[in-house]
Amino acid sequence: MKLPAFEYLRARSPEEAWQLHSEVEGDAVYLSGGHSVVPSMALRLQAPSRLIDISGIADLHGVVAQDNALRIGAMTRHAEVMDNPLVARHAPLLALAAPHVAHPAIRNRGTLGGNLALADPASEFPAAVLALRAEIEIIGPEGSRHVPADEFFLDLYETALAPGEILTAVHVPLPPASRVFAFDEIARRRGDYAMVGAAAQADLEKGMIVDASIAFFSVGFTPVRAKAAQAALIGAPLSRESVARAQASLAEDLDPPDDPGFPAHRRLQLARVLLGRVLNQMETRP
Amino acid sequence: MTLHIGQPQRRENARRHLAGRGRFVSDLALPRMLHAVFVRSPMAKGRILDIDTEAASLCPGVLRIFTAADLNPRCQPWVGTLDHFAGMQSPPMNILAEDEVLWAGHPVAMILAHSRAEAEDAADQVLVDIEDAEPVTGGAPVLLPGAPRANEAADSNLCYETLLETPDVDRAFAEAAHVVEAAFTFGRHTAVTLEPRAVVADYDPASGALTVHHGTQTPYQFQDVYARHFGLPEGKVRVIAPDVGGSFGMKLHVYNEEMGAVAASLILGRPVRYVADRLESFVSDIHARDHDVHGRMAVAADGTILAMEVDDLTRIGAVSAYPRTSAAEGNQVIRLMGAPYRMPDYRGKLSVAFQNKVQTSQYRAVGHPIACAVTEALVERAAEATGCDPFEIRARNLIADDAYPHVSATGYQFEKLSHQACLARLREMMDPDALRVEQAALRTRGIYRGFGIASFVEITNPGATFYGIGGARISAQDGAVVRMLPSGDIHCAISVTEQGQGTETIIAQVVADQLGVAPERVSVTTGDTATTPSGGANWACRGAGIGGETALRAGRQLRDRILTLAGALVQADPATLRLAGGAVVDAASGAPRIALEEIGRIATYRPDTLPHGVDHSLTVAHHFAPVGYPFDFTNGIQGSLVEVDTETGLVKLLKHWVVEDCGRIINPLLVDEQIRGGVVQGLGPAFFEECQYDVDGQLTNGSLADYLVPMAVEMPDIEIAHIETPTQDTILGAKGVGEAGTAAAGAAAMNAVNDALRPFGACLTQTPMTPLRILDALDAALKERTAP
Ligand SMILES: Cc1cc2nc3c(=O)[nH]c(=O)nc-3n(C[C@H](O)[C@H](O)[C@H](O)COP(=O)(O)OP(=O)(O)OC[C@H]3O[C@@H](n4cnc5c(N)ncnc54)[C@H](O)[C@@H]3O)c2cc1C
Repeated sequence: MKLPAFEYLRARSPEEAWQLHSEVEGDAVYLSGGHSVVPSMALRLQAPSRLIDISGIADLHGVVAQDNALRIGAMTRHAEVMDNPLVARHAPLLALAAPHVAHPAIRNRGTLGGNLALADPASEFPAAVLALRAEIEIIGPEGSRHVPADEFFLDLYETALAPGEILTAVHVPLPPASRVFAFDEIARRRGDYAMVGAAAQADLEKGMIVDASIAFFSVGFTPVRAKAAQAALIGAPLSRESVARAQASLAEDLDPPDDPGFPAHRRLQLARVLLGRVLNQMETRP
Repeated sequence: MTLHIGQPQRRENARRHLAGRGRFVSDLALPRMLHAVFVRSPMAKGRILDIDTEAASLCPGVLRIFTAADLNPRCQPWVGTLDHFAGMQSPPMNILAEDEVLWAGHPVAMILAHSRAEAEDAADQVLVDIEDAEPVTGGAPVLLPGAPRANEAADSNLCYETLLETPDVDRAFAEAAHVVEAAFTFGRHTAVTLEPRAVVADYDPASGALTVHHGTQTPYQFQDVYARHFGLPEGKVRVIAPDVGGSFGMKLHVYNEEMGAVAASLILGRPVRYVADRLESFVSDIHARDHDVHGRMAVAADGTILAMEVDDLTRIGAVSAYPRTSAAEGNQVIRLMGAPYRMPDYRGKLSVAFQNKVQTSQYRAVGHPIACAVTEALVERAAEATGCDPFEIRARNLIADDAYPHVSATGYQFEKLSHQACLARLREMMDPDALRVEQAALRTRGIYRGFGIASFVEITNPGATFYGIGGARISAQDGAVVRMLPSGDIHCAISVTEQGQGTETIIAQVVADQLGVAPERVSVTTGDTATTPSGGANWACRGAGIGGETALRAGRQLRDRILTLAGALVQADPATLRLAGGAVVDAASGAPRIALEEIGRIATYRPDTLPHGVDHSLTVAHHFAPVGYPFDFTNGIQGSLVEVDTETGLVKLLKHWVVEDCGRIINPLLVDEQIRGGVVQGLGPAFFEECQYDVDGQLTNGSLADYLVPMAVEMPDIEIAHIETPTQDTILGAKGVGEAGTAAAGAAAMNAVNDALRPFGACLTQTPMTPLRILDALDAALKERTAP
């Protein structure tokens, strides 16, 4: 479990990063927190010849509330996502998700940008940004663009990032006061990747659900938006009946793989249980 | 006079470890040392057609690449059988696979390079061409005649079988009011020590001496193994086990890699280091358990247990482990069944089968958790069948505390145990009546809690009839050299070893009390065959009982020497003197007569001033082997309280109780932590730990990302109480305690889970009890209830 030899370089600007990246076409990897890249190199699952450390690029840092959205820089560590007061206020779903991500030592190094760029389907944050209807800010040689979270996660470890592009920030729309959030997962041990997890937000008006956004993780190759479940909730009060309808409709949303250690029907069963719990948490939140 | 025995002294070496001053084999760097990496078979079974090392040999930093033809001739193959296991077979094992590969992970080539990283780079370049064969990975059918063999060098897949029975067992079943039965499956798990296996072999051709720095619990055993298998004089072989980061039985077996490191050092004449990385640990450290057990219990109408019948099929590797075999676990499984109970009749059948997986062998609480879980699950069913509650049925059947000596139906001899006292104490601690009230109230709210209990005996302080009788060169005796330094401080070199459990601390406590000094004045050396006398070291819970007694007796001999010398110096009859407070004092009044420092000064620097003929040597050596009973059994009982989330199958471990009797308690702090650690290593495989294989014999979860070890957050509070029944076989009276926690934790937890699931009629008989298995059990019960 020793890393194969590689070159380590630090980029101070996106331009420098692209330059260093393009020099070794297809053989360079960006380094943020390193908590996915480095173990996978130690396991020799990956052997890039060059690691380009992008943690020194100023644009990737900081959490700021802008006009319509909270901009969270890609280099924001998981621990800061957990503790930052602006995140707690404007994107509470991320703050709720963070304690479920691994353990303190990992949260001190892992970054939100690295986590989203990696797009592990068992990871908490991708589902949270999906539920938040966040936008991913990307910068590349062709310029800067915003990609809605719904269009960002394409397949297993595959995102809308083109080779060489850098994920610079996440933009979370500022929520109305009436919005409620809930996040939970079913995991065998605290800090493990979940068997199933869910992130949800809803807007309530006079007890009626006027909008709902729900995303699951650990249910397939990407985080999955539960469209049918959302539809089952919108326009009804949050009640035993509407929750049951949403749970029933999950079969339309989720198509978990049938892995021999964990059959698909069980994962769907757990997803239903979890949806009930997550919606229940919303109801009981002050 | 006892001063320090019985005190909760902190582990003396813990401070050193906390300060980062541990000295582990993994830390050792010797001049000219090479790093070894093994190329392993990716397949569970097959024939090696070709190994191409050319590209690898050109990699930077690579010094040599060895294959079987280079290494195997240097080492006599090892055979994992014991003579007293009649009819046992196991093909010989060599360092590297010669033509057949026997498990996924079997080493086929060894790379020696200037760094581990370079050796790994080269390992990627070795091309091994293996003709794939169908591996043996399944269950019972592997024993049918004509079944494909796991190891072509064996006659069949049957490594060993044995039958144990009392004459009247069939009659007991025929006459029973109830017969309860169940089939159990116990998954494989492994040790996961913090420090992996580590060895630095250092052969010096100039002196012909081999020094092996080896993270093992049994240095003398390895001194003997290395001498015999490499044809070296025993006196030229030194094994040093410095700090060892956990062992749990896993580090006393002979492994291909350690033997390879020694062979390579002999060939190259320079130090060779091999430290397993975590991925290698999973495919080369021994695994534990892997049993299918069918059990029945015959019960009278009043709940009296009449007999048990069990059939244990245990699947090991493609060869039996050396030198203790892979059959000892199964042998203990069938002998420990029903051991806490008066039960008169018994039949136990054991079949040990080869298969193409990592070897299994002794790991903490060898056989105990299996025997305990089967027995206690059947006791639970017997209670249900006869309308008894769990405490009542045990009170009725546990051996009475005044009925000793007692011989179990399986032939174990018990000197004196305290099952009934432990049961009564557990009842006080758990308050089962209150738990039942709470359980009923919570059930109405859809919360399913359950509790379960499990009685156990534990084998400790084994004598020579354990392994020695079977021809194994495994010592049952231990030795200590105790000496007084010129300052009056004491030094003890002893053959029992330290892996973090506190051996050195308790030895210091025992010696201190014999010599009337504070333990801080006693330094203890362990783990080096050149500087400590030879002995069995640490396995089967013998460190405190046998090592402690050895230290006690050696200490008393030194005490007598000191008193004789003091008598001559102060002109008193030694019988009127004793040692206390670092001095020789008048036995009756306690008045100081002469300080140890003064005796040390005179004996060392001015022996000329002593009266003629007075012996001034203040070093004694003593060896002690257990006498009397073949083992000192300990006993106890555990309780577990759980909450099962019936929607997700997750189990919350709310509380765990242990009442334990390990005889004389030398250090209550260390005893309690041994029990806690043991409980966690029992709960781990009950809920989390499992080496999962696919049908091709591939370990599919061989990393700490996928293999779940129990973590602090998931573990319950563990409350511990003691009954103290010292053994009369020794002066010290201590028995072992290291395996007690592991023995019954899983059994108590399984009973607790099944108690929680009782309203659903669901029942678990397989470990680990994963969420999936719990949901499956709930579904199966539902299907049964709703079936037409
Ligand atoms: C023991 C352990 C347990 C863990 N448990 C969990 C868990 O429970 N849940 C969970 O979600 N995660 C878990 N993780 C993963 C952890 O959160 C990772 O660190 C994180 O997912 C990746 O972030 P990073 O900053 O470390 O990225 P890195 O490892 O540095 O990079 C990851 C990938 O993203 C690319 N990348 C990084 N930053 C950018 C960027 N700004 N733009 C474009 N590409 C980029 C890299 O090139 C690389 O391919 C665990 C990790 C460990 C070691």
